[in-house]
Amino acid sequence: MRSVAVIGAGKTPFGIFADRDLRSLAVEAGEKCLRNCHATPGQIESFYLGNFAGPAFAGQNHLAPYISTALGIRDVPATRVEAACASSGSAFFHAWTEVAAGVYDIVMVVGVEKMTSRTTGRVNEILAEAGDCSGEMRAGNTFASLFAMIARRHMYEFGTKKEHLAAVAVKNHANGALNPDAQMRKVITLEQAMQGKPIADPLNLYDCSLVSDGAAAVILAPLERAREFTDKPVRVLGIAQASDFVALDQKDDITTFPAVRRAGEKAYQMAGLGPRDIQFAELHDCFTIAEIIATEDLGFVGRGEGGPFALEGHSARNGQLPINTSGGLKAKGHPVGATGVAQICDLVLQMRCEAGARQIPRNSVGLAENLGGSGASCVVTILGAP
Amino acid sequence: MRSGTVYTETVIYSAPDAFARDVPYQTAIISLEGGGAGTRRLTARILGDRVRIGDPVIEVEPGEDPATASPLTAGVPLFRKA
Repeated sequence: MRSVAVIGAGKTPFGIFADRDLRSLAVEAGEKCLRNCHATPGQIESFYLGNFAGPAFAGQNHLAPYISTALGIRDVPATRVEAACASSGSAFFHAWTEVAAGVYDIVMVVGVEKMTSRTTGRVNEILAEAGDCSGEMRAGNTFASLFAMIARRHMYEFGTKKEHLAAVAVKNHANGALNPDAQMRKVITLEQAMQGKPIADPLNLYDCSLVSDGAAAVILAPLERAREFTDKPVRVLGIAQASDFVALDQKDDITTFPAVRRAGEKAYQMAGLGPRDIQFAELHDCFTIAEIIATEDLGFVGRGEGGPFALEGHSARNGQLPINTSGGLKAKGHPVGATGVAQICDLVLQMRCEAGARQIPRNSVGLAENLGGSGASCVVTILGAP
Repeated sequence: MRSGTVYTETVIYSAPDAFARDVPYQTAIISLEGGGAGTRRLTARILGDRVRIGDPVIEVEPGEDPATASPLTAGVPLFRKA
């Protein structure tokens, strides 16, 4: 198996862009990415698109060649990957397998979602299709309510409190305020975060990630060819994807995500590293409780210790393990299909010392965790200086 | 009728369009009594009083509540505090 590097990265800002369509967002990110590593469309040998619900959100299907040709990429395999909120993390994983196996050298991955042209109620319905529509969703659940049930059980079993959830929101908002590409650039207090509008008890507005438009892109190459394109390649040290039940009521224990644990274990094993070697991370904070559980499932803390870890500041930018220095899904924004690749872009930005006001000093080993649905898909990626 | 205990629950304030007029409403995952492997838990709508984790619940009988005749909740397990 060959060593693989990320040679280029590019992103649109995340936000509500009434005048932008899905294709123009994807093209902007793709072109930025090509320029970032001085590559031309003709050099791309295979193209992956991560997208969750383009047909429902934007009325367009057959999206991979729709985007690749708009970027000037012709003739090559163009493949869309759907894995709910882990769509582009999964696209990245499959692109990595092609390069690692030696099938292709230069492979591009774009993630995109255009969500804000639908009403909140319709967005809830479209997102709900990532759950079990014959069971849990028929009962009237939303993704917020599934994670609310997870939070409620985590509180019951481990004594996790509202303050712990709020601490995640406060931290990620503080980080997002320093990110010029973030959708929500607003510092909030713990009191504000505890008193948001109720969404699904015990979660309020500040526990929930945003509804966003945006796109992100990266290009992968074998490590030995990376320096043809960039002085700052970033190496994929470990990567794995894992899966689990779609319906929450089929799981034995909803306070942990087995797919996160499994993907994490396999990625650590491939990298020859453990949780203590990770210097910073982008974790999938679709809801505040999801970041808390991810810190536990990835072995950064023990079961039930994720809440106090956040509240005590250990995951802040100046803490022992900075988490979501981009602002996370909470403040940076969560255009579902773009999120996995955006996390990779954010790790690359930190590792290249290009993160501006939110730059952290210990930046040579970073981890991204991209979760789909209420835990049925997960991709964990560990990046390192080459 | 089936019975069980509440494994976890939530009260929903922001709903999909189809359920918007029911807000706020409660859903829960129920651990069924005597359920064999594979049918141990199910997701239900809770009618009546709010329930908490550990509360005993029982399935609502057809005709016992107007919701049992609503097309929106057709096929959805409906439970209430026992």
